[in-house]
Amino acid sequence: MPGMINRQEMPEQPPEIRKHNFEEVALGFDDQTAKIEAERCLNCKNAKCIAGCPVGTNIPLFIDLIKKGRTAEAFREIKKNNRLPGICGRVCPQEEQCEKLCVRNNPKAGGAVSIGALERYAADFAAKNLENGLENDEKFAAFGGDCVKNIGKNKNFLYSDGDSTKNIAQKAETDGKISLADENEKNSVKKRTFKAAVAGAGPAGLTVAGELAANGISVTVFEAFHKAGGVLVYGIPEFRLPKALVQSEIDALKRLGVKIETNVVIGKTLLLEDLSSEFDAVFIGTGAGLPVFLNIAGENLNGVYSANEFLTRVNLMKAYEPDAKTPVFVGKNVAVVGAGNVAMDAARTALRLGANVTVVYRRGREEMPARREEIRHAEEEGINFMFLTAPVEITGGNGRVSGMKCIKMILDAPDERGRRKPVPVPDSELMIECDGVIVALGTSPNPIIKNSTDTVKFNPKGTIVVDETFMTSKDGVYAAGDAVTGAATVILAMGNGKAAARAIIERLNKMK
Amino acid sequence: MYKILKKRNLTENAAEYVVHAPLAAKRCMPGQFVILIVEEGGERIPLTIADYDRERGTITLLVQAAGYSTARLAQKKEGDFIKDFLGPLGNATDLTEFRSVLLAAGGIGSAVVLPQAKYLKQNTSVLTDVVLGGRNASFLTYEEELRTFSDRLFVVTDDGSKGEKGFVTDVIKRLVDGGKKYDAVFAVGPMPMMRAVAELTRKYGIKTIVSMNTIMVDGTGMCGGCRLTVGGEIKHACVDGPEFDGHLVNFEEAMNRAAFYRETEKEHLCRLQNEKKE
Repeated sequence: MPGMINRQEMPEQPPEIRKHNFEEVALGFDDQTAKIEAERCLNCKNAKCIAGCPVGTNIPLFIDLIKKGRTAEAFREIKKNNRLPGICGRVCPQEEQCEKLCVRNNPKAGGAVSIGALERYAADFAAKNLENGLENDEKFAAFGGDCVKNIGKNKNFLYSDGDSTKNIAQKAETDGKISLADENEKNSVKKRTFKAAVAGAGPAGLTVAGELAANGISVTVFEAFHKAGGVLVYGIPEFRLPKALVQSEIDALKRLGVKIETNVVIGKTLLLEDLSSEFDAVFIGTGAGLPVFLNIAGENLNGVYSANEFLTRVNLMKAYEPDAKTPVFVGKNVAVVGAGNVAMDAARTALRLGANVTVVYRRGREEMPARREEIRHAEEEGINFMFLTAPVEITGGNGRVSGMKCIKMILDAPDERGRRKPVPVPDSELMIECDGVIVALGTSPNPIIKNSTDTVKFNPKGTIVVDETFMTSKDGVYAAGDAVTGAATVILAMGNGKAAARAIIERLNKMK
Repeated sequence: MYKILKKRNLTENAAEYVVHAPLAAKRCMPGQFVILIVEEGGERIPLTIADYDRERGTITLLVQAAGYSTARLAQKKEGDFIKDFLGPLGNATDLTEFRSVLLAAGGIGSAVVLPQAKYLKQNTSVLTDVVLGGRNASFLTYEEELRTFSDRLFVVTDDGSKGEKGFVTDVIKRLVDGGKKYDAVFAVGPMPMMRAVAELTRKYGIKTIVSMNTIMVDGTGMCGGCRLTVGGEIKHACVDGPEFDGHLVNFEEAMNRAAFYRETEKEHLCRLQNEKKE
């Protein structure tokens, strides 16, 4: 029985080495390990893992293809449901989703199948093998190789989605040649090309753009930054998600016909109304907005950053490079306030920039919202943790941070939601010596679109109101991602984006 | 890429750029700003819009070479390109509800005051007095334009090399003490100048609006780097401003924050000068 083999773990850069560089921490499976891990999948008839995936990836099917050594096909299978497999294989919280529901998810069965690592393996395989000269192999291209690298030869062959993919694949196998003109015809929603606008080139927007473009819709994505990618480029650090990978996924979308207009803020440069009048459908995926601060004294001293600003300076503006033009101040001793994934990213980034880092969190280790893997990585790299500690004041001298005054906390009895409220312990003040503070307490919604339109309804908290099809209160305008949910995960934004795209396609089909 | 259609040196280290940016020019209003990146790998620099021409699709900026990135921009010539150009950002400053206003410009703050004066002159009957101040004559920009678009223009320099000798606040004091009534003062310039104006007008009880040129990264309400304290609350210059009630702004804090990277900036500038020598 294959069940006796334990879950294969991904090799990683050793902590002592990786804490000094920005290269990827997790190194990915080699072919042999991938195969061993794929063999562990029991190919359940009623595969619960699929239900755990926000984009509904057919997990047992793609793992079975890896098992059989048909990794290119495995990649193609993933790509049917997921526009950005290389990214999701890295940043999805699989342990809370697919892997959590895996029947092997208990020590007796050797632990859940490493679904995320296998997804990443398939995506990396596709990228690597195309570089090795497979780009002209049309049969390979039929399985999605075109998404990674331009096959260049056949203009008609762009991308096809859904059920027809199977036919194409079969066709490719039988006659070895592909002409997709007829398939594209079938797939396109209408004779005339519909136009859709997408506000925001982050995970939600890029997913929507890919889905729509694959269905013959002409898509223009508007991005406020000078670079597409949203949180994938400004937020998540290089050592967790290489930017070259993000760029290759974006390039693939461009080859699909997606136009990306950078330097356009919807609500300022163009209004939502401009988009509604020029496009047949509009999607808003503008992400999360203003960082939440502690509202304590000293928070505006120099040396106090929001995690957003710190990470943007380092990731997007490349402040870690010696000749970078955008400066970033990294103290010798940095306190990071908060314990989510963004806090871990900020802490590990500051560490790599030479700081001694302490994460300060008002609850305990068990309550940390970050992924276990991120916490483990941070601990291995030598990040200090101070639990049950809450900042009360940031102290300074000469306008700069000199320390952070904190108070010890104790957890109350669980409330009806099971959450234990931290309460201060009297007379337990303590002082943390630090010259840098990074506040990672989440974000509140961006106000720009809200302030520039009356047609779309917002919740009191500032997120966009949508119905079950992700349509806003304005007909034909859809929204998903953090702009709707508040700060959440990449995969949730993609999952909801995908559902919104389906609704848009359905709507346009009716307009035929 | 965004083409520099015209460039004109206004002072020794400040130049006016007319940039082809039709989308940004389409809907911009006085008081708003843009963020540009001069070249690949460059910083995002926020700059207030000095003028715009919707038909030609242009935005005019007045830029003083103060740090590395603005010095790189200063090396650009007519016909050259700016890599990225985003705007309009921030909120427009609307002074049309007043009957009589005083616009106070310090240094290149005139680039923010000019579109305001022009707008009021061309579209309203608001009485507009302008005070233009600078360290000396070579720091004064847009004097002629401001004369055209104001009811009265007062020029003042610290050393008296042009106009009267003294500070912007001296002129405001003289005008108000002389019985002139203003519904509002709009002050734009270096933070110490705006603070001085706000301190003065507080005594007179004249509503005073300032335009806060803080450090920014994205300029769209994402990073929080431009935050400042206004009336005891955290505000963001990019999405809540850039204009704020001058009597409520914590200038001391804002000035400290604005100086955060001054040392790094000096280093970068040194490097640029060394590059030139080589």
